[in-house]
Amino acid sequence: MIRYIIRRLLQVIPVFLGTTLLVYYMVFALPGDPIAALFGERQPPQSVIDALRSQYNLDQPFWVQYGLFLKNLFTFNLGVDFTQQPIAATLARIFPVTAMLAIEALIIQAVFGVLFGVFAGLRKGKLFDSTVLVASLVVIAVPTFVLGFVFQLIFGVQLGWAKPTVGANADWGNLILPAVVLGLVSFAYVLRLTRTSVIENMNADYVRTATAKGLSRPRVVLAHILRNSMIPVVTYLGANLGGLMGGAIVTEGIFNVPGVGNKLFQAVQRGEGPTVVAIVSVLVLVFVVANLLVDLLYAWLDPRIRYE
Amino acid sequence: MRFTRTSKALGIAAIVALAVTGCGGSGGGGGQAGADPNKVITAYSNEPQNPLLPANTNEVYGGRVVELLFEGLRAYGPDGKPVNALAESIETADSQNWTIKVKSGAKFTNGEAITAKTFVDSWNFAALSTNLQNNGFFFESIEGYADVSAVKETKGADGKTTSTPAPKAQTMSGLVAKDDSTLTVKLSQPEADWSLRLGYSAFYPLPSEALKDPKKFGENPVGNGPYKMAKETGAWVHDQSISLVKNPDYNGPRTPKNGGVTFKFYTDPGPAYTDLQGDNLDVTDVVPPNALKTYTTDFPDRNATKPSANNSTLNIPGYNPNFQGEAGKLRRQALSYAINREEITKVIYNGTRTPAKDFTAPVLDGYTDSIPGNEVLAFDPAKAKDLWAQAEKIKPYDNSKPLQIASNTDGGNKEWIEAVANGFKNNLGINAEIQPFAKFAEVLNLRKAQNLPGLTRAGWQGDYPSLYNFLGPVWATGASSNYEKYTNPEFDKLLKEGLAAKTPEEANAKFNKAQEILFQDLPGLPLWYRATPIVWSNNVVKAETGWNGGILYYNIEAK
Repeated sequence: MIRYIIRRLLQVIPVFLGTTLLVYYMVFALPGDPIAALFGERQPPQSVIDALRSQYNLDQPFWVQYGLFLKNLFTFNLGVDFTQQPIAATLARIFPVTAMLAIEALIIQAVFGVLFGVFAGLRKGKLFDSTVLVASLVVIAVPTFVLGFVFQLIFGVQLGWAKPTVGANADWGNLILPAVVLGLVSFAYVLRLTRTSVIENMNADYVRTATAKGLSRPRVVLAHILRNSMIPVVTYLGANLGGLMGGAIVTEGIFNVPGVGNKLFQAVQRGEGPTVVAIVSVLVLVFVVANLLVDLLYAWLDPRIRYE
Repeated sequence: MRFTRTSKALGIAAIVALAVTGCGGSGGGGGQAGADPNKVITAYSNEPQNPLLPANTNEVYGGRVVELLFEGLRAYGPDGKPVNALAESIETADSQNWTIKVKSGAKFTNGEAITAKTFVDSWNFAALSTNLQNNGFFFESIEGYADVSAVKETKGADGKTTSTPAPKAQTMSGLVAKDDSTLTVKLSQPEADWSLRLGYSAFYPLPSEALKDPKKFGENPVGNGPYKMAKETGAWVHDQSISLVKNPDYNGPRTPKNGGVTFKFYTDPGPAYTDLQGDNLDVTDVVPPNALKTYTTDFPDRNATKPSANNSTLNIPGYNPNFQGEAGKLRRQALSYAINREEITKVIYNGTRTPAKDFTAPVLDGYTDSIPGNEVLAFDPAKAKDLWAQAEKIKPYDNSKPLQIASNTDGGNKEWIEAVANGFKNNLGINAEIQPFAKFAEVLNLRKAQNLPGLTRAGWQGDYPSLYNFLGPVWATGASSNYEKYTNPEFDKLLKEGLAAKTPEEANAKFNKAQEILFQDLPGLPLWYRATPIVWSNNVVKAETGWNGGILYYNIEAK
């Protein structure tokens, strides 16, 4: 087991180098001069522009730029972004905010998705099941940003239950509204996945055996059906966590959440290679760890799965 | 974001369906009684790009903070009229040698006294090329600037030139503090409108700690303006907000009517607009494009749209073979006659632009809407056709490729450019289209490299309220923002004469005379002037914009 974990963690190295290289190159290849873009019609003296360009190594060829970036990375010096702020401080500011948002969204998806899914699966074809199926289809069909604007307008502006935007007050309470929006679509997927799995497993031999042995209904549901139904759901949630950490650009934009998505979007727009790659590097780690956790969870959920 | 309107409709429909009541009428009725001079207001903004140093801040988000934190020798009133602030008097006999008396007793909020020497040090700091201040060139008129701003050009292996600072002197020879209250400035040539610039942020005084460690100072600046940072350190929370509070010791012309201003940062103006609807933000100067048609009904009695010193032009590069010589001149006029400015400003901009009548802006002193030659700004399809036909006789137009209009499309420029291109198509029978770019910088690169295939969008926002500021930096030979490299010695001469004039009236007459030349040459087609729509929440009495379109934050009364 330990060897397996170490082997998996070692895989991070090529993945990390590959993604950073790719992302760095893509930002490098963006058209336009990012330093000139910092100024409008009124450009500062050329010496100022040249000094900035050399500060960010933009006067160097690509491989030198990337090499210097890696070198700085391994000495834990992420440098400064185009607003002269240390990138390390930026990361330390944005990741906790997005982590809070992602955790809230994940809880909404996992807890409610599984709960509703199990009930719907157990009552297959009944009113509750049909209602939940239709409702989840609606949620999946409506794009996230529409949900975002509608929720913002209803709960933020009209009812005043929550602040319309998060801004500087990013705490658990203020993040609930964006977390609901963010979690809602995946909630519907989790619900449907769980439901299908539960229905499948209800007819499995071991469930019939367990019932025949005279086990109580809750015990059959929790220990046999649910546990075995969790594998596809856990796979989905694990993959989704990475998306929640990095891909919440739309939701973070609508609710002005000062998190990863917002910053990433801004950095891409500005062509700030180092910032984009620094954020993506952390995201790569998050993805890898999340996937590792999922794989380890498999073994726990289904002891037949072995990693030696 | 095109879908906001739909989503809003959906939202409202949902509200009606839910028939939720009760929370409705709380906002409006309340306290119109009295303004609360100690209440802090919140305002839309975004992360400043640089440490908050006046001479380094050349973008709006940092600029609005710096303007509240500092006070210069002069300040601009709401209408753009400069009034003396820290200056007791500003005198000159020949527009070249200036004597400025600095008021005694003025202090920074850390207690440091502001004297004539403060200005000498601050300005020398800003101008010295090794300090890499973005706005250093604002001191270019002062004698000795050439030496402190000198750079060394080196050619790299790849043929690119890099310029590195190589000052020949540390201080400008024309700048002398005679005593604590007397500052004398010698310019390298007479400039009648020089004193107009003294309210611009590059000319603000800096405390000595700023000169020692500018970067550190820029995080927690100490100034002498109507406001100060709310805390000695950490009032600027990066990517989130900057909090300012009233400076109790301030006694200049811009007395704060509120207790402070907190700038909340938004990466997109949309959420800020929504926040305003929920009274979660007090004022914004950026109405998102999709709300331009609704902001007056979304915020009845809580909106204002005032013209500002800001214009847009459509530039025609002189290197384009289709627009050279006598035929080119006729074609430039034809293009201008083929643009329906009136309709575009009304339909696309919903009245937040007004058709241009000259190359400057209407809020400026000396502006006139009747410069000879400006009749080309009228919409006249018949005349356009006629001029185009005349040009064809001289030299046929190369219609093999469509006439492209270069522009970034992230700022909502697509609509008007398409309208203009259609005007060219319908009235002149030529192919015309937008040449879209994702970012402004890409267009700028083409412009700098003299490599535009067609026309380009351009615009200018005044740095200080003067006609010259709209003409010199943009159209003079070799000027910093004259990217299409327009040149006409006659125009340059008139500008120079205007600068050397004895009175502002005389100067303005010369500048407007210079504009006549622009109208003959038409290196660019003036399109429209901009007005800045602003909206405010139920928490404030009223807000207004100043001459440059910026909100006068100090003038906002909270309730």
